[in-house]
Amino acid sequence: MKKSNSVGRSAFRVFIYAFCIFLAILSLFPFVVMFINATRSTFEIQQSGVSLLPSSYLASNYAVFTGKTFDPLKGFYNSAIISTGSTALAIYFSVLTAYAVVAYSWKMRQAFFSMILAVMMIPAQVTSIGFYQFMYRIGMTNNFLALILPSIAAPATVFFMRQYMLASLPLELVDAARIDGSGEFSTFNRIILPIMKPAIATQAIFTFVASWNNLFLPLILLTNNDKYTLPIMVSLLRGDIYRTEYGAVYLGLALTVLPLFIIYFALSKYIIAGVALGGVKG
Amino acid sequence: MKKRKHLSYAKYGYIFSIPFIAAFIIFSLYPTVYTAFIGFTDLKGLLKTSINVLQDPFANFRLILNNASFKLSLVNTLKIWMINFIPQILLALILTAWFTSNHNKIKGQGFFKVVFYMPNIITAATIAILFNVLFGYPMGPINDVLVKAGIFAQPYYFLTDKSASQLIIAFIQFWMWYGYTMIILVSGVLGINPEIFEAADIDGASDVQTFLYITLPNLRTILLFVLITSMIGGLNMFDIPKLFNLGMPGNATLTTSLFIYNQAFSGSYLYNRAAAASMIMFVIIAFLSIGVFLLMRDKAEVLEKKEARKLARQIKRGELHKEEAVK
Repeated sequence: MKKSNSVGRSAFRVFIYAFCIFLAILSLFPFVVMFINATRSTFEIQQSGVSLLPSSYLASNYAVFTGKTFDPLKGFYNSAIISTGSTALAIYFSVLTAYAVVAYSWKMRQAFFSMILAVMMIPAQVTSIGFYQFMYRIGMTNNFLALILPSIAAPATVFFMRQYMLASLPLELVDAARIDGSGEFSTFNRIILPIMKPAIATQAIFTFVASWNNLFLPLILLTNNDKYTLPIMVSLLRGDIYRTEYGAVYLGLALTVLPLFIIYFALSKYIIAGVALGGVKG
Repeated sequence: MKKRKHLSYAKYGYIFSIPFIAAFIIFSLYPTVYTAFIGFTDLKGLLKTSINVLQDPFANFRLILNNASFKLSLVNTLKIWMINFIPQILLALILTAWFTSNHNKIKGQGFFKVVFYMPNIITAATIAILFNVLFGYPMGPINDVLVKAGIFAQPYYFLTDKSASQLIIAFIQFWMWYGYTMIILVSGVLGINPEIFEAADIDGASDVQTFLYITLPNLRTILLFVLITSMIGGLNMFDIPKLFNLGMPGNATLTTSLFIYNQAFSGSYLYNRAAAASMIMFVIIAFLSIGVFLLMRDKAEVLEKKEARKLARQIKRGELHKEEAVK
């Protein structure tokens, strides 16, 4: 009886592994096809869509890809500016706001925190018409600041920072700094920010990736070719100019995935831990 | 003397909140109010700057609510969300049960989590176009595999099939999000008091019983959170339906966000109608957000109570002076 039970258990474990391996292949398969096809000619791809072996057309695909209207390096540069700017602002001001809520007792504190919770889930997309018209009227379309400055108010990040602060920031430290004659603002910059490093690291990754991948707002605000971000350039791969150039399309997609792959697999430990902790990003 | 000093610190709470509040008012609150306002006006057309409130202020809202495309986009959005969410939550629950069971001892969990979550961080625009070419006709990779494996006799033109297009978009969403949901649920299970599981084990409960009667009830809050946030995300679905098949064929993949975008930004410049549609979506999402608000508030309160208890214990042990703790 006991033996058959353990045989059953082993069979079940084999099934679980097989199933998980299947899911892992499912996650990776589209990207493997993409990377291999980026090296194959359009003719080869049309003969058979899947191949296990790379071919030798990487350079010619790249020539076709960059020979059209856009410059991927420019897109990369624009995306990097916007994502870096908004991540820096979101992180700094979210920690500052969380500190205001945690470290000081002020009359409106509870109401303020409730407001942050209430607006946390409202996506920018549903108010984009008013945002676009507002930016259009003050001449801020095609200006990266319109995409960077709103990050100063990042309710979900404030919420996360507050939870982390409550759990791991000893307020006695603040008192000690006061006794040493440190000003409140300098205490924040010199003592609080360094303590928050682990929380800052995880949130910085998520904010950066979210900003890097954002399509909707850049698409409506940036109409000038020079200002296009990487996702907008990706969306051009869907257009008529690449209709039959499959090799170039795969290569273009691969180039946008590659940096994310490198960041992800280098930082995966922190990212997975951050997802498990957060549960805020939807 | 001491009291006055504490009062003077309180003002920093206000000062440090000013940047957030200012940015919120300018970039969130004002655009929200402005969107609502535009919904009542005649604002349409490129480069138009004069705004007048309509004689019949609710005309745009009535128009949108009676618009066949808007209604279809709402149905499509909910349909695609449901086809994605139900298998997603079921798979995530099954994986959670396997990964957290004491008896299975699955190795390589870290690896599986990393791989399952990976599609989630890749640019959605890229994924949409990648799937578009993968399902290409006649010799896209998927058709190639299906024909060579003998499953299909000849290539199938997926992108001209309404149901196939909806299913593929639902699959992409499922594929991008089940890893995330699983990681959240596993971390939820790890947060449950292990004594409960030990007690169940001693009482001879099977894995299935333990999962159904202990794990699931304890995950209620997290499941509700996943449900609501996924729904809000689903209602905003834009990148994938826009770039996978441009809302085609026959508007089968037209979602509400895509509808709003098309009204305002793809040649027709009907800002007022797009604003009215946005506000209808805003109201729906606001209702869902109230759910998240209540969940998170309770979670935050529990944490605060824990902190308060910890503080009380410390005071009892004489580790802190009373005045310090009162602050």
